[in-house]
Amino acid sequence: MKKLQYERPVIQKLNTGLTNKFGTRTESDPVTHIDDLAVEKLIAQFGSPLFVLSEQTIRSAFRDASRAFKNRYPKVQFAWSYKTNYISAVCNVFHQEGSWAEVVSGFEYEKALANGVPGNKIIFNGPDKSENDLKQAITNDSLIHIDHMDELYMLKDIAAAANKKPRVAIRVNMDTGIFPAWDRFGFNYENGEAMEAVSKICNDTQLSLVGLHCHIGTFMMSTSAYGIAAKKLSEFALNIRKKFNRNIEYIDMGGGFASKNTLKGSFLPGTDASPTFDQYAEAICESLLNAGFTQENLPLLILETGRALVDEAGYLLGSVISNKRLSDGRRATIMDFGVNILFTSFWYDHKISPAQSFGSHHEDTVLYGPLCMNIDMLRENIPFPPLKKNDKVVVHTVGAYNMTQWMQFISMRPAVVMIGTDGKVNLIRRRETIQSIQHEEEMPLYLKNFKL
Amino acid sequence: MKIKKNIALSDTGFVFDPSTGNSFSANPIGMEIIRQIREGKTQEQIAEHILKTYQTDAGTFEKDYHDFLNMLNRFRLTENIQ
Ligand SMILES: Cc1ncc(COP(=O)(O)O)c(C=O)c1O
Repeated sequence: MKKLQYERPVIQKLNTGLTNKFGTRTESDPVTHIDDLAVEKLIAQFGSPLFVLSEQTIRSAFRDASRAFKNRYPKVQFAWSYKTNYISAVCNVFHQEGSWAEVVSGFEYEKALANGVPGNKIIFNGPDKSENDLKQAITNDSLIHIDHMDELYMLKDIAAAANKKPRVAIRVNMDTGIFPAWDRFGFNYENGEAMEAVSKICNDTQLSLVGLHCHIGTFMMSTSAYGIAAKKLSEFALNIRKKFNRNIEYIDMGGGFASKNTLKGSFLPGTDASPTFDQYAEAICESLLNAGFTQENLPLLILETGRALVDEAGYLLGSVISNKRLSDGRRATIMDFGVNILFTSFWYDHKISPAQSFGSHHEDTVLYGPLCMNIDMLRENIPFPPLKKNDKVVVHTVGAYNMTQWMQFISMRPAVVMIGTDGKVNLIRRRETIQSIQHEEEMPLYLKNFKL
Repeated sequence: MKIKKNIALSDTGFVFDPSTGNSFSANPIGMEIIRQIREGKTQEQIAEHILKTYQTDAGTFEKDYHDFLNMLNRFRLTENIQ
């Protein structure tokens, strides 16, 4: 007689009247494959934990966003926000789709150049551009987005010394009705600081003002804030035209569209709560089209959308290390990945699915990572089937910010693979080894030897 | 260890404790173990039965069995007479 599949015995108290707000079944439906490739096999080949990206999902998100804007507005350009995910293979999928690069550091700038992005299609944002960064950006005719007065003056001097006239924009912050307003980046619109910066640029022959930039926040659930921002930047552009007879060639609305993740404390799951690309596009394009530009002066609309384009394409596969019972009776499961590689678990209740089938019984479970620290909690309370050691799980919607903000802490960072549109899997970042770490270290001679 | 005598078990996995009004749900293997404890089987007898019927090993089952008994105790479904 063939033996039956074993499942750990579970008994759970039924709380009448208290229903789980998300319903329990959908979350723990097993996910055994990603783009038709078996989770078990991926882990057998590349190890656990493992980041997996779906090229198909990236491209379809991009095309969805692109269609939403291009159906509503004649001049649209996306620029891939490198900090969101700068693994080169990921960047190049976006570049193949037609995206420029948006970078915020010399390092990201070098990466974009190395990936083959022409210098004049790199947008250089951020408060921290060094003198060398600016020199290089000027030489390459990149679009330099000025963040503060010190930068404006430094840029003028560098441009004068190089006898060049760089193309610049200023970053503008403003009140869009959301709280808290992001006012630490760029120049404020309402208090006149932005106009002051513009007049410093326009009254000088050294810099060429070509654009206006804003990034009103991140994971913005409000589309109307974008409508307000686009309206204010349009007004500003028209004012600049009146005052300085200068044509603003583009308006860059930054990033910030929400992905389908579920913010901690949110009542609805992100799949229901987050606006669609069409809703964001409607708010922005309507403001631009109704602002009063003539047809030929209609500015190019640039978008630096990050997380909403890549979050859903990313998965983290992992394995169960152990099960425990906490002193208050709750089940705790320890996974082989922690908050050091799943940074976004501080913001989101990531959807986590078992990767093998189970009976219909669930236990409320705390999911911990393996780090020897109290903060290493992945989910505080998730109704989960009884997993055992070595069972696999799939964490969903992890494509944005994890593969850039991950920390090498206690253990090595895992490999990253991409499942191509042809269904084949490609290694795009190797698992780190001890050499990756030791390579950067130096041992002073006198510390080399010791006796124990 | 004994299961309280008045506990009601259903075929569909519900466990009802009339003395407290609490109800519980258990998976099929959990129900099987509760029934066997109630019939007075020892841990060895239960383990033998489970290992014969299911794809598992003695170490795994022993761990899970103790965890399960702890939960029965915690839910006050047992009479501790040892
Ligand atoms: C200037 C700028 N552009 C684009 C982005 C991408 O934002 P998101 O991933 O929220 O779309 C950011 C992220 O903080 C940013 O600071």
